[in-house]
Order: sequence, then structure tokens, then C-alpha cells
Amino acid sequence: MPVEAIVKVLFMFAVMVIGLAPIITWVERKQSAVMQDRIGANRADLAGITLIGLLHPAADVIKLITKEDVVPAGANRVMHMLSPVIAAVPALIAFAVIPFGGVYQFGDTTLNLVGADIDWGLLYIFAIGSIATYGTVIAGWSSNNNWSMLGGLRASAQMISYEVTMGLTVVGIFMVFQTLRLSDMALAQDSSFRLLGFLAPYLGNDGGVIGWLIEHVRIPGWGLVYQPLGFLMFLTAIMAENKRPPFDIPEGESEIIAGYFLEYSGMRFGLFYTAEFLEVPVIGTIVTSLFLGGWSIPWISTADVIGAVSGVFGHGFATGLCIVLHVLSFLLKVVLMIWLQMALRWTLPRFRYDQVMDLCWKMILPLSIANVFVTGLVILLMAPR
Amino acid sequence: MTDVLFYLFAGLAVAGALGMLLNVRNTVAGALSLVATMVSLGAIYVLLDAYLIGVLQILVYAGAILVVFLFVVMLLNLREDVFSPERLRGTKRIGAVIGALVCVELILLVPRALGPAAEIPADFGSYRALGTALFTDWVLAFELTSLLLLAAMVGAVILAKRSID
Amino acid sequence: MVEKAVALSALLFVLGALGALTRRNLIVILMSIELMLNAVNLALVSFSRQWGDLAGHVFVLMVIVVAAAEVAVGLGIVISLFRNRESVNVEDVSLLKW
Repeated sequence: MPVEAIVKVLFMFAVMVIGLAPIITWVERKQSAVMQDRIGANRADLAGITLIGLLHPAADVIKLITKEDVVPAGANRVMHMLSPVIAAVPALIAFAVIPFGGVYQFGDTTLNLVGADIDWGLLYIFAIGSIATYGTVIAGWSSNNNWSMLGGLRASAQMISYEVTMGLTVVGIFMVFQTLRLSDMALAQDSSFRLLGFLAPYLGNDGGVIGWLIEHVRIPGWGLVYQPLGFLMFLTAIMAENKRPPFDIPEGESEIIAGYFLEYSGMRFGLFYTAEFLEVPVIGTIVTSLFLGGWSIPWISTADVIGAVSGVFGHGFATGLCIVLHVLSFLLKVVLMIWLQMALRWTLPRFRYDQVMDLCWKMILPLSIANVFVTGLVILLMAPR
Repeated sequence: MTDVLFYLFAGLAVAGALGMLLNVRNTVAGALSLVATMVSLGAIYVLLDAYLIGVLQILVYAGAILVVFLFVVMLLNLREDVFSPERLRGTKRIGAVIGALVCVELILLVPRALGPAAEIPADFGSYRALGTALFTDWVLAFELTSLLLLAAMVGAVILAKRSID
Repeated sequence: MVEKAVALSALLFVLGALGALTRRNLIVILMSIELMLNAVNLALVSFSRQWGDLAGHVFVLMVIVVAAAEVAVGLGIVISLFRNRESVNVEDVSLLKW
């Protein structure tokens, strides 16, 4: 068994599941409280020490584990038990292909900070996203309850619609970076390009201020810069796919009680809850890898760091420092995306179901096809002759 | 290791198929068993170096087609299959025996027809190779399937409408 | 491994055929047909791997597309049938049988 792969998987698991998911529960309560000008949950304490509510995730877990496990009469027991598992597993295994660092050379060993560097990484994410539909559908159906059934049916229609849109909006990024391998995509975003580069051929000799400006005004080569519309559409589509508010009709908290997980209590609900809050970093990491440059530091490429530090401290130390900086940069971007999703959640009112469907089929789908056309045109026109 | 994985997924596929066939009362459970079959077949495709086909199997078959099946079953609220009296029992048993004979015959005869395995290029079954093939050698088939999908979409919408006015 | 995959494909095809011929629930018949199509896909992929020819993969793509189209239209028919007859049992729609 390859030790390296196990260590990488454990690292991802530790950071995301044990580190981030409870923090996100806390962030949701605290950020919403701050945004709504109230205090939020801060009563959970350990011998009188409340850490501004940071102990609430632990309190949640204890509560959920010790609650009574109620299976409604007339429900199919096997499916009732199986659906939280089917909902939670895709959220967990999505982290396998996300690069949280680049490829580093230590003498003759190569360290690739991805769980599984598969050639079709992005397709893998879409495939397991489509499996996640089953958790919702089966949860709704197996509870023998009209409201759950309604939530389950709405959820399945919403999820399969937005899967299609998710796929189409990324075609633009695929065309720009020419690869489906997420680590290659992050690597391609590791450089910056000159904003005024189109002026360069018109400058006779590298003259003074203008030449310096052309050379040094640079934009990081992120997916966001190449595909701004794609970024917006993909963010919308993936939030709708994972039923994040404002697209949370299936679990419409105030409409159909709790929708498809109405009849779940105790740790079964806890697993749905975990899946829900794991999807937030999943969205964050995917959007980061595709559009926000992955693990790269804006304006400072890997070669810059290694070149600058290795002269003083040696190549090994420079690479180690690079690893730390890159992983920190990745985590910072993921945290930014989590903040963004939370802010969107507590700002926008919930969409109506027909508005959600309209948005998918009548607005995002035609726009994404137009995006593909325009991207193709631009690539064709700017190709080196 | 590959062999162990293959046997695991093959067993899961057959179990899923049997689960669908033998599950007379609960159609939803049968559909879910078929999902297990589809996913394990996708894994077997990946073991056979057919990467794009494997991931498309999971994306399209397990993730879309069977969801539509489940959707229809739940929409029509088919909870229990009503038992009508069993008829043609003898014929069904003879059919099962003939099916087993056909299966055994195929298993025994086909390996003789396979020659030695050919050398495959490194990117066999990747999306690049398949994409190139689809857009150069097989572009006519590709265009015709797009027409087929259009016809199917229009047909499905018309069939499911409540009234045409 | 190709021989074993072809054997699995034969087994799945026979199971699918048995399901399509003996079950009376229309949706289960459609699912058995899907199983048969999958068995054929597996055979195509294994042969394509055996001889290194990508035509097998292209054919599998076409089969997947056709299966998707067939499911869409077939389930549309099932829904219309259910609206008219309140049943998806094939024995209830055997008016044209002699």
C-alpha cells in the first residue's frame, strides 16, 4: 500500500472533514448573526468557557449521536438507512482529485500533492455529483411521507437539470486550458501575463516608462480572468446542484418543513447535515482549482519563489517553503469561497421552484453555449500563426 | 490486484442484475440494484482502459437514465407489484435452462476466437483519442446521433404533455 | 481479463433477456432492456481493448446515446399509458393480441 497516497488522503480528510466542516457550522451561525446584527449561538460551554460559540459543533455532534433514531412506520428500512450514506459519500470522495499543492522535486523524488492525479479529474467530479442525486431521491421516497416525497422529486429534477449546466459552463475553461486534469489546470494558472502585452510589437526599442509598464503590469493567469462569465455561471450551477441556498427548495426550511430529510433524526440526520456542510468546501475547492488559480500565489510563480530563496537557503528548503506557501494559499482561497457562499446564503431570498428551472434551462444553458462560441472564436483569433 | 478488483465488480454487477430481476414487489429496490450494476460496470470499463466510456457510463447511465427511471416509478407511485397468478411456469423454467446453456456456450467458445492481445497506445480510451476519432473518422455517426437526440427530446415532450391544444 | 469480461457480458445479457421476457411490469422490462444494452457495451469495450481499435469505444458511445433516447421516449409512453389505464402491467394492454 503506497504510504504517500494514504498520507495525502489523511491530510485532506483531516483538513476538510475534521477541520473545516465543524468550522463551517460555526461560521454559518456566527456570520449570519453578524450579518443580521445579532449575537448568534454562544451558549455552549466547557466548564464556563464559551469560545464565542466554537464549541457548538461539538455540542451538535454529541446531541445528534445521543438522539433517538426514529424510523417512520411503513418506511422501507433498508433504504431509509442507506440514503444518508449515498448522500454523504460523494461529498467525501470529491476531495480525492483536488490538487492542494503542485508537483515538487526533491532531488530524485517527485511529490505530487493530489490524492489521485487522474487524467479526467473534472469528469470524475461530475460523475460523482450525479451519484449524489440518489441520496436525495431515495430519502424523499423511503420516508413514506408526502412532504418528503415532494422534496425528493423537486430535488432530483433540480439536480439533474443543473448537472447538465455545470458540464456546459466548464467547457470554456476546458478550451482555454486544454486539459481535464485538475493539477495541470492549477499549474497552468501559476503564471501571470502582461496586461498591456498587445502594445509590445508597436514599441520600437524597449523605451523607458511605457516599456517598464508593459513588462510589469501583469494579471495572474487565473481561470477567472479568462472566463469571467464561466465563473459566474459555474458558481451558480454548482450551488444549485448542491442545493445550497438560495436554491434550497428541496429542503425549503419554511415551506415544506424540512423537505426530504424530514423523517430523519439522530445521527442519520447528522450524516445528511455533514454532507450538506461538506459540500461547501467541495464547491470551494473545485471553484478554486478551476477559476481562482488552485494552489498558486498570484503574481509569484513557483519558479520565482524557488529561484529567490534557493540562492540563500538551498534548494530543499526553498521547495519546502514553496509547499507551505502553496498549501496556505489554497486554503486561503477555499476559505474565501466559503465566506462567499455563506454571504450569498444569508443575503438572497430563496428562489421559487419554477424560477430555479427557468434559470437553468432558459438563461444559463443558452449563455453557456454562447460562452463556448465566443471562447472558441477568441482562441481561434489569438492563436499564434 | 486488477483481477481481485475485476471479480469484485463482476460479482457486484451480477448481484445487482439478479436483485433487479428477482425483486418482484419493490420496483424502486430493483432500480437501485440496477444502479449498483451500472456503477460496477463503469469500474470494469476503467479496468479495461476505457476511461472516458467508464466515466460516461456513471455520468449518463447511473446518474441520469436510472434517475429518470426512479423518477417515473416514484411519480406513478408504484409501490407494490400486484401479484397475478403465475402462468407459464414450465415455459419460464425451460427458458431459464436455455438461457444458461447459451451463456455457457458463449463463455466456452468466445475465448477461442480471440487472438493475442494487441499493443495499445498510451492514451487508448482517453478523451483525446476518442474525441479525435469522433470528429475525424466517425463524424457522420456523431452528427446522426445529435439528430436522434433531437427527435427523442421532441417525442418525449409531446408524449408527456397532458393535452395538445 | 478480456475473456472474463466477455463471459460477464454473456451472463448479463442472458439475465437481461430473461427479465425482458418473463416479467410483466413494463418498467422492469425497460430496465432489463437497459441491462442487455449494457452487456453489449461491455462486450464491445472488451473487444476494443483486445484489438486496440477505438471503433469499439465510438460504437459504445452511440449505444449509450441510443439507450438514453430510448429511455426518454419509452418512459414517456409508460406515463401516457398509466394515465389512460392506471396500470403498467403488460397484460392489461394486450388488446391487439389474438
